[in-house]
Amino acid sequence: MITLSGVHKTFGTNQVLRGVDLTIDSGTSMVIIGGSGTGKSVLLKCILGLVKHDTGTITLDGQDVTKADRDAFLARFGMLFQGGALFDSLPVWQNVAFRLLRGSLKKPKDQAREIAIEKLRRVGLKPDVADKFPAELSGGMQKRVGLARAIAAEPEIIFFDEPTTGLDPIMAGVINDLIREIVTEMGATAMTITHDMTSVRAIADNIAMLHDGVIKWTGPVSQLDKSGDPYLDQFIHGRAEGPIEAVR
Amino acid sequence: MSALTKPLGALGHATLAALAMIGRVALFAFDALSHMVRPPFYAREFLAALFQIGWLSLPVVGLTAIFTGGALALQIYAGGARFNAEAVVPQIVAIGMVRELGPVLVGLMIAARVTSSIAAEIATMKVTEQIDALVTLSTHPMKYLTVPRVLAGLIVVPALVGIGDVIGVFGGYAVAVNNLNFNAAAYLKNTVDFLEPLDIISSLVKGAVFGGIATTMGCFYGMNSGRGAMGVGGATKSSVQAAAILILAANFLLTGLFFSV
Ligand SMILES: Nc1ncnc2c1ncn2[C@@H]1O[C@H](COP(=O)(O)OP(=O)(O)O)[C@@H](O)[C@H]1O
Ligand SMILES: [Mg+2]
Repeated sequence: MITLSGVHKTFGTNQVLRGVDLTIDSGTSMVIIGGSGTGKSVLLKCILGLVKHDTGTITLDGQDVTKADRDAFLARFGMLFQGGALFDSLPVWQNVAFRLLRGSLKKPKDQAREIAIEKLRRVGLKPDVADKFPAELSGGMQKRVGLARAIAAEPEIIFFDEPTTGLDPIMAGVINDLIREIVTEMGATAMTITHDMTSVRAIADNIAMLHDGVIKWTGPVSQLDKSGDPYLDQFIHGRAEGPIEAVR
Repeated sequence: MSALTKPLGALGHATLAALAMIGRVALFAFDALSHMVRPPFYAREFLAALFQIGWLSLPVVGLTAIFTGGALALQIYAGGARFNAEAVVPQIVAIGMVRELGPVLVGLMIAARVTSSIAAEIATMKVTEQIDALVTLSTHPMKYLTVPRVLAGLIVVPALVGIGDVIGVFGGYAVAVNNLNFNAAAYLKNTVDFLEPLDIISSLVKGAVFGGIATTMGCFYGMNSGRGAMGVGGATKSSVQAAAILILAANFLLTGLFFSV
């Protein structure tokens, strides 16, 4: 279980997170929605300790993440970055198998390569991309390689930052199914950021909406359409008019 | 604030900022050293860095050294002629190349070639979240990116300096024998007889220090890059500037350490 309470983060004068309270139960899928620039990516990075939050506490299974043993903590996580963040000096398969080629999870090279190709297949990529370099792929393909890398070592907790942005609708459907499958079949805990309402409904057990640095609304996906919350309603229906200003 | 205290305040701020910077660089270098002696060690990255920094720098080092050695011989011959001391060309070329110009010019060339590329590469990795990705894949960026490069710099730059010294002396020899009518065998004998072991040791020690400075500054500015393309550009520029100045300052200190009596 991941819990955040009163999490604040400011960059210079930009107050991004202003007291975020949120709980994600183990084995569930939480989807974070909210306007661009509201701090969704920063929130995930705070949990992983890539960005240090200013005040408030974040715990994983009751233990403060800032006091946890870093190696053991990170070994439980996988993360898909918004921009893919592939290592452009390494071919695709070595990106996917990065964790399997070094450190405590090290496997023989051919075995690691086989796993990489299998994970690529799961994100809808053919084996021939394995030996290409990231720069030779389209944005959507890079995103899917990033996804394959995030799930390659079968972590317990996986963060997906906009997994379907830049994908065609069919491929987005494949990725939605994959994320759902990882949660229901492998029992993983997932936190996904997305702007795609089809994805939200396909992936989420629970939804949290970030606005103005706080969680404006959170609840199960069944409540999404009957929340009565004007902010949430404006967001899910994509209306220009409403309490959320269009110029932010 | 009065007209007098304002510039003083600015000076104070600049001094404090410079001191803070030196502190951060020192902490970074210390951190890199501490990671060097703790596993894991990434051998592939180390070999790649050796190849990049050492092998691929050979042409630039060789060309720099040969032209400098040749020019040095011409200068000393012309200068020496003013007081009938043309004969000292072999000795002065040897001492000038080995003690000073070899290490300094190789160090500066490494700052231009290696520091800039390390800073730009690591800064780009930073702005495209590749460094964050490394962390989430349980790989310490300091161990994976900094240690292999700094270690390679410490080992391979002295070798480059040694090669530069030899090529520089040879450049002087070629000019002296071909253009200035020196006897080939006598030139070589004079060079070998004149050089002391300490000259060569100091040259290689300088190489190691400069190699450490050049690679550390590349990694430091890369890791601390600002955001976006401007961030990468700024990191690259600052890294080369800092490496060059630190190399020249370290050269002065080391020369004092080795040769002041
Ligand atoms: N490393 C950083 N330094 C300064 N500002 C940052 C940094 N990372 C994010 N921000 C700022 O935090 C805000 C939220 O960013 P982000 O979390 O990426 O938004 P999003 O909700 O679209 O994912 C933005 O205003 C962004 O400029
Ligand atoms: Mg984002």
